[in-house]
Amino acid sequence: MNILRTPRWSPYVVGAGIGVLSWITFAFMGKALGTSTTMVRLVGLIESIVAPGHVAANPYLARRVIDQPAVDWQAMLVLGLLLGALLSARLGGSYKVEKVPNLWQWRFGPSKPLRYGAAFLGGALVLLGARMADGCTSGHGISGGLQLSVSSWIFFAAFFTTGIVTAMLLFGKEGRNHV
Amino acid sequence: MFDALRFAGPTDLVLGLGTGLVFGFLLQRGGVTQYRVILGQFLWKDHTVLRTMLTAVVVGSIGIYAMLALPGVFGEVPLHVKPATWVANLLGGAIFGVGMALLGYCPGTGVAAIGEGSRHAIFGILGMLFGTAVFAELHPAISGTILKTADLGKIRFPELLGLSPWVLIAILAAAAIGLFAVLHKTERPKA
Repeated sequence: MNILRTPRWSPYVVGAGIGVLSWITFAFMGKALGTSTTMVRLVGLIESIVAPGHVAANPYLARRVIDQPAVDWQAMLVLGLLLGALLSARLGGSYKVEKVPNLWQWRFGPSKPLRYGAAFLGGALVLLGARMADGCTSGHGISGGLQLSVSSWIFFAAFFTTGIVTAMLLFGKEGRNHV
Repeated sequence: MFDALRFAGPTDLVLGLGTGLVFGFLLQRGGVTQYRVILGQFLWKDHTVLRTMLTAVVVGSIGIYAMLALPGVFGEVPLHVKPATWVANLLGGAIFGVGMALLGYCPGTGVAAIGEGSRHAIFGILGMLFGTAVFAELHPAISGTILKTADLGKIRFPELLGLSPWVLIAILAAAAIGLFAVLHKTERPKA
């Protein structure tokens, strides 16, 4: 039980665990780890409550929402992600409410609206990009990467490059002393 | 109006939840659900993200290609390769990276971060839903152009290069181990 109380595991152990988890989902569930498609189903579901005609007229949403289960394998995976992290954080004693991270506060001050607004904008770009590329860090980065899929390695190289450039523009080298 | 709220079969739901629980537990234990760890990677200070992802990919690829090589044991293991529409992969990835550096999470780690207590991640997820809605509106305009241009199909490197996947996996594993060794040497000790 001691290992369940250790707050941090080696990234190699965690990485290997995710690799083995992928074997299991491929072999026994016929699925690949992924999360961002669930965002499309959720948006389609919300929009279909407010404006069903609009969803029906948009093939991108309609294809994933109409006559499709809204709560499927991946939707439950996303719910499990939240619960699994909660369980791990509680068992390891690393649960911590974070409103404005230290690095952000050092550079942009303690304003919560500013941080929440930036997080919202960042999230919007993340999914805009993920949907354009047809996958995110799990669907492309891990599942696609391990299948040696060409699209996924292009995605991986692209997001890592602009992530580094953006972080350096936002925080500069000095930011390294605040993470 | 709630006719859209359908559920998949119970087996799928339980297996999906179980997979997510393990995935979320591992991500949190690895520290990659933390803003500072993800930004630490992009600032080239803390290489937890690279170590985790590359290890997952190498270990994962060995198992998946072993299953593909032994259909008598594992049956038909379906692949889930996404089309290499490389302009869209490149452009989408580039936008994704900008957003990830601003938010400090990707979709999976963002959801998991909420479970760990991150409040700003909640706004990140709301932003993700907004970004998805915007993309759905843009989709009709770009589906015939950006998203379809330069389509190489659902291709993998073994097919593209005409090499055995095991050669590529060996190269990838060697490159990952080499990179880990270099990072280990250059990484400054944590304060």
